[in-house]
Amino acid sequence: MSAPRRVSLTVNGIERSGMAEPRLTLLDFLRYELGLTGTHMGCEHGVCGACTVLFDGDAVRACLIYAVQAEGHAVETVEGLCNADGSPGPIQDAFRDAHGLQCGYCTPGMLISVKALLQATPDPSDDEIREAIGGNLCRCTGYTQIIDAVRLAAAKAKGAGT
Amino acid sequence: MKSAPFDYAMMDSVDGVTDALAEAGDEAMIIAGGQTLVPMMALRLARPALLVDINGVAELKGIAEAPDRVSIKACTRQAEAMSSDVVRDRLPLLAKALPNIGHAQTRNRGTVGGSIALGDPAAEIPLVATALDARLTLRNREGARERAIAGFYEGPMMALRDADECLTEVHFPVWLGAGTIGTAFQEASQRHGDFAIVAAAAQLQLDAGGVCTRAALAVGGAAPYPVRIERAEEILTGSTLDDDAVAAAVDEVEAAIDPQTDPQASAVYRRRVAKVLSGRVIREAARDARGEAS
Repeated sequence: MSAPRRVSLTVNGIERSGMAEPRLTLLDFLRYELGLTGTHMGCEHGVCGACTVLFDGDAVRACLIYAVQAEGHAVETVEGLCNADGSPGPIQDAFRDAHGLQCGYCTPGMLISVKALLQATPDPSDDEIREAIGGNLCRCTGYTQIIDAVRLAAAKAKGAGT
Repeated sequence: MKSAPFDYAMMDSVDGVTDALAEAGDEAMIIAGGQTLVPMMALRLARPALLVDINGVAELKGIAEAPDRVSIKACTRQAEAMSSDVVRDRLPLLAKALPNIGHAQTRNRGTVGGSIALGDPAAEIPLVATALDARLTLRNREGARERAIAGFYEGPMMALRDADECLTEVHFPVWLGAGTIGTAFQEASQRHGDFAIVAAAAQLQLDAGGVCTRAALAVGGAAPYPVRIERAEEILTGSTLDDDAVAAAVDEVEAAIDPQTDPQASAVYRRRVAKVLSGRVIREAARDARGEAS
């Protein structure tokens, strides 16, 4: 039973499948089996948040779920945040405009955590923003501009909605 | 850091889980949220031959109310408990503890039962369960049994669960009777969301005259598993929670704990913080019970 088995799931709205032995994490499956290298690998034990993805709509660590557990579930990765034409989506735009990234390593995880935040809380307070990205480590320590970027993304979404 | 190879079986019923456990013996481990177990496996601190996955078992999810207790099924996500009106209204101590567990990204996956079953000495849910004298339902192929959480742990990450048993429910008592209830939960950690170095939980019941009629105090991270400070509870019960009573109660903390030195904190530091946090949670719970702003 520890042999590779087929895993089928929805990734960014598209049915995908690939082979995974039980010990393969969802993170490794996305990167190496499906070629979606936007989700970054940091600590591999749930501390850094670089691998954050949406799992059935909730932000989770992709390194703490085995790919076999994702059978039949819906996953959204940073690749799913862009516009249909491949250009950066609104949250990504806000991170660029507010300089919410330096080396970019934590960015995919940050973007996903922010997407989850803004879905639940469209107009977050600074405390809510800090809480939402508290599980994502930025080794450049550029948190202030990341918080600016989240505020900008929320303001833009609000403007677009009215 | 990759887990050692293992076999994997996704279950859809508790009967399936208990059958799998009965057949595999102690080579198997149950995986629920995986937020503690997967890191242990990545670090090769755990090497189960078989993972029995209970995430697909619908009968292990949900929160049920009875007059004298709230029962949380083992595979209920911490995030679900945190957003539950029942938990907020009837288990205020648990409601205060839940936001201290990891981060939103881990609470979305981590479960109430997983935290109890693994028994990390600094974990929040076992601490609250210990303070409130929670009861646990464990099931194997032969049937179910209910037991108290007291005595469930024999060491850090060492619960007295038989290898063929699945924890199915955690029952948190709701205090009945006249008077008002106040609760408080506090922990010291290096950063918000990190593992607690030491944590303390208190629940107090006050009658109309401001006399404490019932008290629960427990400390985590200062012994191999969370401990009730029963001598302190006896001192607080019958008092008006005045400064002298609180000080006398805090003096009892020292004898009940057994802190260890590790790279995170020294035993001396843990001992000191355990006493400071115990005093704070007693005073905060007293203010809460009196309806004062804290």
